[in-house]
Amino acid sequence: MVLTRSKKRVAKSQTPPLKRAEKPQALALKRKAEKPQALALKKGGAKSQKTPPLKKQKKEVVVEEDPSEDDDEEVSDDAAASTDVESDDGEEEGLGSSGFFSDDDGEENDDDGEELLGDDFLEGSGDEEEHSDSGSGSDSDSDEGDIEKESKLIDEEEAKEEEDAKAELLDFNKEAGDDAFRLPTEEELEEEARGPPDLPLLQSRIKEIVRALSNFSVLRPNGASRKDCVEQLKSDIASYYGYNSFLIGALFELFPPVELMELVEAFEKQRPTSIRTNTLKVNLTRRRDLADVLLNRGVNLDPLSKWSKVGLVVYDSQVPIGATPEYLSGFYMLQGASSFLPVMALAPQENERIVDVAAAPGGKTTYVAALMKNTGLIFANEMKLPKVLGEKSVDRVLLDAPCSGTGVISKDESVKVSKSLEEIKKFAHLQKQLLLAAIDMVDATSKTGGFIVYSTCSLMVAENEAVIDYALKKRSVQLVKTGLDFGQDGFVRFREHRFHPSLNKTKRFYPHVHNMDGFFVAKLKKMSNMKQASEDDDEALGTVDEADVPSDDDEAEAMEEMEKPKKTKESKEGLAKSKESKKGKKSKSKKGEDPPKIKKQRKNRTEMRMEISQAREEKRKAMREKSKEKQ
Amino acid sequence: MRPLDENETTVVFEKIFKFVGNNLKNIVENPSHEGPGPKPEAGRYCFRLQKSRVYYVSESLVKRATNISRKNLVSLGTCIGKYTHAGSFHLTIMSLNLLAANAKHKVWLKPTSEMSFLYGNHVLKGGLGRITDSIVPGDGVVVFSMSDVPLGFGIAAKSTQDCRKLDPNGIVVLHQADIGEYLRDEDEL
Repeated sequence: MVLTRSKKRVAKSQTPPLKRAEKPQALALKRKAEKPQALALKKGGAKSQKTPPLKKQKKEVVVEEDPSEDDDEEVSDDAAASTDVESDDGEEEGLGSSGFFSDDDGEENDDDGEELLGDDFLEGSGDEEEHSDSGSGSDSDSDEGDIEKESKLIDEEEAKEEEDAKAELLDFNKEAGDDAFRLPTEEELEEEARGPPDLPLLQSRIKEIVRALSNFSVLRPNGASRKDCVEQLKSDIASYYGYNSFLIGALFELFPPVELMELVEAFEKQRPTSIRTNTLKVNLTRRRDLADVLLNRGVNLDPLSKWSKVGLVVYDSQVPIGATPEYLSGFYMLQGASSFLPVMALAPQENERIVDVAAAPGGKTTYVAALMKNTGLIFANEMKLPKVLGEKSVDRVLLDAPCSGTGVISKDESVKVSKSLEEIKKFAHLQKQLLLAAIDMVDATSKTGGFIVYSTCSLMVAENEAVIDYALKKRSVQLVKTGLDFGQDGFVRFREHRFHPSLNKTKRFYPHVHNMDGFFVAKLKKMSNMKQASEDDDEALGTVDEADVPSDDDEAEAMEEMEKPKKTKESKEGLAKSKESKKGKKSKSKKGEDPPKIKKQRKNRTEMRMEISQAREEKRKAMREKSKEKQ
Repeated sequence: MRPLDENETTVVFEKIFKFVGNNLKNIVENPSHEGPGPKPEAGRYCFRLQKSRVYYVSESLVKRATNISRKNLVSLGTCIGKYTHAGSFHLTIMSLNLLAANAKHKVWLKPTSEMSFLYGNHVLKGGLGRITDSIVPGDGVVVFSMSDVPLGFGIAAKSTQDCRKLDPNGIVVLHQADIGEYLRDEDEL
């Protein structure tokens, strides 16, 4: 049977040797035991090393079955032998597989279809051209001369292919190089603008430009300035991800291109849902217990991270996490991980008076209450701050200011397009006012408190560092460490701004670094109840030059508080001086860092003030003495 | 915000009495542990009326809240109920913690029927796990889950004895309020 088939094949085959060669390979793998010869022929162009072993196997099988085989088979034997010599690793595997195949091989179905299939199946790469007439039977030529020719041809083909491949690779590089080295011209841009944005093109261009920008001197596109590349990148990102140009520009100023891509990608995805266990509830005070109960309900969760003892992150849940009986009973609260941070920084103590200036929806307020263990007084305010609270009446203030929301784009995509420079400025103005009001509410002389925590869910410097810097100038407050030991430090300088050096105690959090919403946290300590802070507060710490006339007590306390951060000598001098004048002028604590220029410029004003208050002091003194005399 | 007058106080106390009975004394004279300042000074709890809502709040908080104008004050302490336009008083779900702590009559639900109650349905005999004795029809009953989590409250429809004889679909407790209302009736609370 085998013989006849092969003979048939021979008769059929008019195709060039290569094609025939391929078929046997496929066939071999396809468990055609009948074509050992073809296989033998194939060996030259063998891309699969399996074929030699297969052939061998089949040959053996054939031999076993039909000892009286033709010359063909012998030829194939030789060929097979040679191929065996050639074949390297695939042998064992080939043997295994061929064994399998040969077992299945009941009969020979020389279907061209099968061969075709086999060819396609086996020879995915390359050789596609040669596939065409698989039907014609790749069977062997029995002629040895032909075999040699064929093998030569196969070799040539291989060599050609390699060259082609190399050339292709070069071309590809060139093309890629072309893209990177060539920014789209204006006509191309116009064309693009006409139709809907071509997303894959945009994405590839974005990647190219980012790559170029990262190593600009080497990879720069011909004739394009850095600015052009950046502009093109901005507009590409804007149209690909859906941002307006202002926001992209603002983000560009904050991050280098590679990090910007990470940030933008992070904004496309949701941050993981997290919950906070309510430690006030009697039954489930411990996070573990709540976790157990929720696990029973079918919620997949884990502790949030090592910096929080009450947080849990929810991966997925069979029941809606906001509607379990536990939630309705108040055992936990749905709260983003970033919202834990300002409350942790605030660190409210028991029996304190706390104000939450922007309390809705109440997650942070209730966390404060939980930390205070249900003691003390919390004033949860939303909207306009009523004047009734007055000044100096509160121990701590939490101000989670209304902001542009550029850090929580993953929650609210409309931020991408709705924010403009005007809005940012408006927010900044509002935030400054709120912060000053908050600072005024705090009693600096509080025994346990005197802290203000300012936080926003925005990444913009105008809403974060700039606001804090403004407060430092306008009030006698100082930045202290937030108590959060992770996160990036805030900016001390940014573009044309130069902030107070203590700004590096503030913290910034990013979605692509910390896997929580973009956030900014700053903790201020109120040094004194003076309203007017010194204007040259840029580099000196905690200096206050008051224009008001404070009470003696306040002054003394304020002096004490200010002594802490100050260095000894200077502050003592200051104290001595102020005590002389009796109504505190807190002298500036010069650490020798004050630029003399600024001092001189402002000296006049401060000197005048000092004189004025001195004069007032003396008047009062005189009054008191008079009254004493009268008595 | 003003303290309750005579009539109002009697009405509120009556409603609470249905649920807590003699424990009413505990509620009214509870030494407060909330509020700033040293503990004993924080004073006791009292009831205040603000915008037809009755609040249960400790005296020290009340003192501070008096400064806030009526239109700015949203809430203080714990709200326990509302006055309707008609003038009758209803206890709302937010009084649950207060009631549950002092409840005289309790009912425990099987896990399977928890969700049904949380949707606002009445308690059927088939869902009953445990029940305290000596319940008289018309009593206030607090509904718990088997893990002692308070779920809501209602009015008893049958006495304890009758409950035993009841068929599984009979109503045992008429629903008045449950914690599912926090989701369903968010706006009205």
